[in-house]
This record gives sequence, C-alpha cells and structure tokens, in this order.
Amino acid sequence: MPELAHHHPALAHQFENLAQQKEASTLGMWVFLVTEILFFGGLFATYCVYRHWYADAFTAASRELIVWAGTTNTAVLITSSLTMALAVRAAQTGERRLLMTLLAATMALGCVFLGIKAFEYYSEYIVHHVPGPGFQFEAEHYRHAQLFFSLYFMMTGLHAIHMIIGLAVMAVMWWLSYRGIITAEYYNPVEVSGLYWHFVDIVWIFLFPLLYLIGRHAH
Amino acid sequence: MYFFLVAIAAFFSLLIAGLIVYYAVKYRRRAPDAVGTVVHGGIVLEIAWTVIPLLISMVIFVWGASVFFAMSRPPEETMNVYVVGKQWMWKFQHLDGEREINELHVPVGRAVKLIMTSEDVIHDVFVPAFRVKADVLPGRYTHIWFQPTKPGRYHLFCAEYCGTRHSGMIGEVVVMEPSDYQAWLSGGAPEGSLASAGEKLFADLACNTCHRPEAQSRGPVLQGLFGKTVTLQTGETVVADEAYIRESILNPSAKVTAGFQPIMPTFQGLVSEEQLLELIEYVKSLR
Amino acid sequence: MPLPPQHYLNNGYGVKSWLLTRDHKRIALLYLAAVTFFFFIGGAFAVVIRLELATPAGDLVSDETYNKLFTMHGVMMVFFFLIPVIPAVLGNFLVPLMIGAKDLAFPKLNLASWYIYMLGGLFTLYALVTGGVDTGWTFYTPFSTVSSTTKVIPTALGIFITGFSSILTGLNFIVTIHRMRAPGMRWFRMPLFLWSMYATSLIFVLGTPVIAITVLLIAAERVFQFGFFDPARGGDPVLFQHLFWFYSHPAVYIMVLPSMGIVSEIVAAFCRKQVFGYEFVAFSSLAIAVLGFLVWGHHMFIAGESVYAALIFSILSFLVAIPSAVKVFNWTATMYKGSISWDTPMLYAIGFIGLFTVGGLTGLFLAAVGLDVHVTDTYFIIAHFHYIMVGGTIMGYLGGLHYWWPKISGRQYNEALAKLSAGIIFVGFNLTFFPQFVLGYLGMPRRYHAYPPEFQVLNVLSSAGASILGVGYLIPMVYLMWSLRYGKVAGSNPWGATGLEWTTTSPPPTDNFTQTPIVTQEPYVYPRVEGRVA
Repeated sequence: MPELAHHHPALAHQFENLAQQKEASTLGMWVFLVTEILFFGGLFATYCVYRHWYADAFTAASRELIVWAGTTNTAVLITSSLTMALAVRAAQTGERRLLMTLLAATMALGCVFLGIKAFEYYSEYIVHHVPGPGFQFEAEHYRHAQLFFSLYFMMTGLHAIHMIIGLAVMAVMWWLSYRGIITAEYYNPVEVSGLYWHFVDIVWIFLFPLLYLIGRHAH
Repeated sequence: MYFFLVAIAAFFSLLIAGLIVYYAVKYRRRAPDAVGTVVHGGIVLEIAWTVIPLLISMVIFVWGASVFFAMSRPPEETMNVYVVGKQWMWKFQHLDGEREINELHVPVGRAVKLIMTSEDVIHDVFVPAFRVKADVLPGRYTHIWFQPTKPGRYHLFCAEYCGTRHSGMIGEVVVMEPSDYQAWLSGGAPEGSLASAGEKLFADLACNTCHRPEAQSRGPVLQGLFGKTVTLQTGETVVADEAYIRESILNPSAKVTAGFQPIMPTFQGLVSEEQLLELIEYVKSLR
Repeated sequence: MPLPPQHYLNNGYGVKSWLLTRDHKRIALLYLAAVTFFFFIGGAFAVVIRLELATPAGDLVSDETYNKLFTMHGVMMVFFFLIPVIPAVLGNFLVPLMIGAKDLAFPKLNLASWYIYMLGGLFTLYALVTGGVDTGWTFYTPFSTVSSTTKVIPTALGIFITGFSSILTGLNFIVTIHRMRAPGMRWFRMPLFLWSMYATSLIFVLGTPVIAITVLLIAAERVFQFGFFDPARGGDPVLFQHLFWFYSHPAVYIMVLPSMGIVSEIVAAFCRKQVFGYEFVAFSSLAIAVLGFLVWGHHMFIAGESVYAALIFSILSFLVAIPSAVKVFNWTATMYKGSISWDTPMLYAIGFIGLFTVGGLTGLFLAAVGLDVHVTDTYFIIAHFHYIMVGGTIMGYLGGLHYWWPKISGRQYNEALAKLSAGIIFVGFNLTFFPQFVLGYLGMPRRYHAYPPEFQVLNVLSSAGASILGVGYLIPMVYLMWSLRYGKVAGSNPWGATGLEWTTTSPPPTDNFTQTPIVTQEPYVYPRVEGRVA
C-alpha cells in the first residue's frame, strides 16, 4: 500500500496521500475566499450605488475621515503581507526560528492596524459622526452623510473582524510552529492561512481609496 | 394572452404525462432481470427540443413585452388622481379637491392615471378587474393607468405585505356613468381644487418670497416648469417631473438649477406627503 | 440474509459516537433528524394557515398571529428545510460513496456545519417562542427595519448563521468532487446526481454570502439605526430587494437542482437504461446554476424598476426555462424502450416530472412581464412556487430517500404502504395547490388573513387538499421508522442498479469501501441479456 510508505502523522484518514490533502486544503481556501468576495461584494455594490446617487454628500463626508491614519494603515497592512509571504517561504524551507519571528511580526503589524483603526473610531465618536440619534453633520448633507458613515462603519467594522480572526489564525500557526508540527514537508496550514491574510489585505486595498480618497480633490 | 399560455401549458403537460404513462405501461418490466435497450442519444433530437421551446418562449416574451409597454405608457389625456398609502389605508386626492379614503370614484370610459406614493412602508395597488398592479414606495412616485369600461364596484387590494392589518388594507374602485360621476362630484366637500390648496400652502410656507413669476428672483421661475428639461449647476440636465419637484422641496441642494445659489432650506419634516402632492399639483398648474 | 457484521451504524452506539462523529454518513443522519424536525414545525404552521383560510373571515387566529404564521412557515421551510434538505442529507451521504472516496475532503468542517445549522435553528426557534416575527420570509424593507416590532434580529441572525452552514457544505462538496474522485472516475463518468450537487454547491458558495451580508445589514439597521434601506434616512428600499433576490432566486435552484439529480438517478435505475443525452442533462444543471444568477429582477417587475430592466430580466427568465425543458424531455426519452419497474422511488420520480412540468410552464406566465403584472403577489405565485418547491423538491427528496433507504438503513420499507402514501401525496398536493392557480388569476392577493367571500369555494378545496397532503407526509415517517427494526434485510443492491454506492455493503462500512474502487466505464451501463429485449 502506498499510503503506508508515506504515512505522515498529519495525514487525515480520508486522503490517499499528503499531496492530495494539500491540493484539497488549498482549493478549499480559494473557494472560501470566493465566498468572501461575494460577501464583501454585496457591501461594495451597495456603497457604489449610493455613492453614485449622492456623490456630493459622500464626498463631503469622505473629507471628514482621517486620511493620514488610513494611509498609515495601508502601509502597515502591505508590510504585513510582505512578512506573511516571507513566513510562508520560511515554512517551506523549514526554518522554524525565522518562521516564528515572521509570524510574530505579522501579528504585531496586524495589532498596529487595529490600534490605529480604534483611534479613528474614537475620533469619529467624539465629533458625533457615528450614525444614530446623536449624529451631527451640516444640514445640507445630513441624511446622506449619515448613510456614508453607516456604510463606513459597516465595511471597516467587518474588515476589522476579519483582521481579528486573522490574528487568531496566526496565533495558532505560531503555536504549531513552536510545537514543531509545521515542517518543510507539512507547511500547508501556513500557506493556506497566508492566502486568507492576503485576502483581508486586498479588501482594505479596495476600501481605502473608496472610502478615503475618491472625490477628495474635487471641488 | 393568458389563455394562449394556458393552452401551451396544458398541451405540454399532457404531452409529457401522456408519454410517461404510455412508456411506463408499454415498456414495463417483463422479467425481473431484464434491462433496457441501449438507445443512443440523437443530437438532432436534442437540438430540436432545445430550439423549439426557445422559439415558443421568445414568442411569449415579445407578446408579454408589448402588453407591458402598452401598460406602462399612459395616453396623453388622462384623469389624474393622487394616491397616498399608509398603514393601513388608502387616501385618494382628486384634482378638484375631492378626498376619499379606501374608495375611489371614477367615471366610465376615461383613462385614469394614479400617481402614487407611501407615507411609511411599501404598499401595492392592485385592481384585479383592470389587470393593473404597482408597488407604492415611500420617497418615490409610481404610476399606473387604466380605462374602466363598465360601471360597477371593483376590488382594490394592497398586494405588498405591509404589516398587521395588511389584509384589511382594501378598498373599492367605483366606476360610474359620467352623469352620476358629476353628481357625485358636486355633492363633495367644497374645499377648492388641489392646486388651489397647493397655492395656499405655497404662500403659507413663504415659498413665494423667492419663487416669483419675474425672471430676476432669488429662486427659479416655476411658471411653465413642469415637464421641461432643467440644466443644473453641474451641467447635467433633468426633466422636471414629480420626483424632481419632490426632491427639490425636501433636499434642495441636491439638484440646483444653473445660475442659482443653493440657499433654499430643506422642507424635510415640515410638509406631509399629501401636502407635497398639493404643492406639486400647484407647480403643474402654473402655465 | 443477515446484515453485514461491520457497518457505520454499529460502529459505536454512545451519544458521543454520534455528536462527535466525522463520518459523513452519520452527519447525514444528524441532518436527517434536524431537517425533519424543522419540516414538521413549518408544516404545523401551514396547517393553521389553511384552517384559517377555510373561511373568508379572519376568525380562527388574529391578523397579527396569521402574519407571524406565514412568516415562520416561510422561514422554516425555505432556510431550514428546503435549502439544506437534499444536499445536507442525501448529498452528504452519497457524494463520497458515489465518487468512491472514504469521506468528504473536510470531515471536521462537515460536522461543524451541522452545529452551525443547529445554532442558526436555535436562534430562529428562540425568535419563535419569544413572540415570532411578522415580516414575511422576504424581510422587505422598510417594513422589516422600521415598522415591525417583532423579533426580526434573532431571526435574521439565525438565517445569517445558517448561511455559513450552506457555504461550508458547498465548499466541502466542490473540493471533494474536484480532488477526491476514485481512479478512473472522470468528469463524464460521474453520476448525474453529482453534477447536480456540483451545480448546487456553486450556488451555495456564490449566492449565500450575499444573503448573509443582506440580513446582516437589516440587523445592523435595526440595532445601530443605520439607514441603508430606509428612505427617511437616505436609503433605498428597492436596493434591498435587489440584494435579497440576487440570492433568493438562485436559492430556488438550490432546492430543485438536487431533486433533478435524484430523478436522473431513479429514472436510469428503474428503466435499467442509460440516461438519454447524459451530457445535455449534466450541462443543463450548470446552465441553470449560471443563468439562475441573472434573473433576480423578475421578482421586481412591479416594484419600481425601469421598463428596460424588466424586459431584460424577462428574456433571461425565459432562457432559464430552456435547460429545465431539456431535462424533462431527456427523462421522458430515457423511458423510451426501457425496462420500467413501478417501485416507489419511480412513482415519486414520475410525480416529480409531472409537477415540475406544471410548475415550470406556469413560470412562463410569470416571466411574460405583461402577464406577471396581473398575477404576481397573488395566489398564482404561491401555487407556482409550491409546485416547484413542494412538487419538485419534496417529491424528489422523498423519491431519493426511498431509493437509497436500503443503502442508508440496510433494510427495506413496506412497499405497499409506500406506494399508497406516494399516491396520497400526489393527489393531496394537486388538490391543495391547483385551485390556487385559479384563485390567483381571479385576483386573490397573497398574505391575506381574510378575503372576500367569492373566493371561498376554491380556498376550501385547497384546505381539504392540505389535510390529505399532511396525512401523506406522516405515513412515510411511520413506516420508515418501523423498517429500521423490522424491515426485510435489503442486501447490497436491491434494485439491481449501477453506481459505486451499490457496490459496497448496505449499510456501508465506516470507510465506505474495503478497497479503493476503480472506475472503467460510463455511468448507467446495464449488461445486456441476450434474447431478452424488454
């Protein structure tokens, strides 16, 4: 039996060999990311429709966001994608110490992102830009600016939740590397988690210009 | 058209059912271990039963679409009635000021156009006898039209689920001979026409301080505005229809006419849906 | 003939061996229990609805209660029964068996999706026992966000959570079908049930996230007073309908595609013959899945969308009817010169073809936009989608359940009772829903608690049919349970059918096959017996 020759502790019983298991989990993650695209896609579609209808109000509201924070966060996330990619590389080559360092760096950058995001939320809370009865905005754009901020909190909030899940996944990966379960032969969990992490970054890459930048220079 | 479709549906249902029963009896299993004869699929057959239904369905499509076009294009001369739906009643406003609740009187033979909006959630006007139905949306105007041909009382239903008393949100369309209709009208309340109510409101809200008939006022001239194309500050153009006038009252800075400053305050919350309709009718009446 | 000594059912008896199982076959049975539970809850609501509608006046229950009844009937049936029923029960059981694998690609994920489903179900049950919800299963805004005072949030969360169960099941099937096929099992050697499962999984994966985000927006609008869909706060209620139907129309195909797969299997097995036009049937499943995503606007012809949008959605809706017609013709042609045996599964399959044809053809009425204006939101719609969902999905499901029951349980049910109940269901169903077509044409609107007296005769007919239908659904419960203990032992292949699932023992062992099967030919090849052309 070929399975016996290749029997690896990480091989699940339903698979014939590790290669099949790796292909299956990678494909599984890709399919999952497709569902995530559709999930955010619904929000993006809603945003684009309203932005098209209420361009003036959305531009005015967009100018109230803290651009330097958004820009910094973009840089932070792109850097974390780099450390993540390097971590996958380190896992492939079996460099355990380096892998753990890079995973820790990725997590640290993720935390920085969330910290800056929390600061932004707090600033918006102080100036009454959180939708609801306490919402304040110039009367002319009051209703549609509120719509903008509703979408802003919904989209960035869901993104932040994805970041938190990503951090938890990274922590598990770190633990697996620490225990020596991740090896050059079996590094697939790191690779698949990396796919997820990059996806969450890409969502931000779309969120940032849509929410912070478009229409900023107009008028 | 409905009965043409019924015929098609009945024909195909019976064809399929007939074939199934015929085959099922003719080719019933005669020995416990018998197997079916190998029949190779025919590409011609496959194409035939793909293309023929396609053609039939395209015929239905064109027919259905032309009926729909006729339905969505009212004739030039219509008798307009404004409709406001709210949980859970229908309010009708005739142009000459007559107001009704859950009952709509119209004369036989005239094309009637309903201009409809809602105060709260989505409703839907449905008069089965006239084959018309359209959603009534908050914040928008939708239209239907019909031309009653026989006097009588016809059901009017709300056909979009709207809450607890949805099934009680019903009324009647009363179609009357023109003479009876005139008699009914003259027996109504002498409030004056819808446009005159709008005119009074226009003065009460001090709209007339800026919107004046002469060209050099602070606000655009409204005389002859309705139905015209307006050029906006942004260079775009819009047609001044009911929806545009409504938006300009509630959210004036959204679409400012070229050459004017966005100084008009919003009337959001100050005028009801019914008052809005009066104002719109007043603007329409300014020729 | 005894049962095989080792099989998945006697591999452990404790509660833990079930609740922590990773065996796809046991998970399928967990789902079977759960969906049956939700089916009878949803069915109980339907009984009260039909009782209320037996008289024109709203006398049995109050209007508020009635609105909650039809809402909960819709929510339970659509999200907790019709959508999961075939993929989660029969799909879970059969996908690995049919492709010759030991299990699905992600067994733990499979178990997790059952727990997610149950959690979503609990949220919805919580909403039910603490007062119910009255928005209709469609949750149209702004009614659902600003007007309704009932338990919208827990229901929305229940649907949101259950959505993830669908997504994970679909993901699991896609990966399994791509990566786990036995040697020699090429794409065009797969049974048609797998093709339909694959198409269904695509819809799960592509459509469900959109409904998830949509109901999340509803919940957020209620909790945080955001204004996504409320015109008073700048939103647009019609946008909600677009998002909602983008999922909920394809969801109809989630319900009916698996049934079509089952019918293809049954027709082939009971005619002992290759399915006529195998490739056409396989590709029509994919065509339905793809086109199904492009027709959502036909739910909104009267909802204020533009005339041109309506026309485009109308023509696309006609196009989606074509692959369905192709399937029906191919099944009928499969029977030609077959060796047809009238066992219960075949009765259900024939019932499916008949009812689905009626449901599909009445769909043409609704796709014709001019006619749709008159019959939409009336009982015509109700009748149409019940013909597809109940006549289609449930007939297919029951057919499949009877067909594979010997495989699942290892035992045969009482054939006479099964045939009787199939007949009762067919008659009861038609009596319930056919009068509703007429009611709709005459103009009776849907979701009405009380109605004008001239509609009473047809409503009474419908209510009478519903009681027959209810009895028809109870009988299989009884004899299937009975057969678990007292049924005749079935053997590996009681129907003499082809397919890998019939090559292993009944019930199958935990790992499905004693050694990995190797596939050498197309599906549905029956050996010819010389001199016996049936």
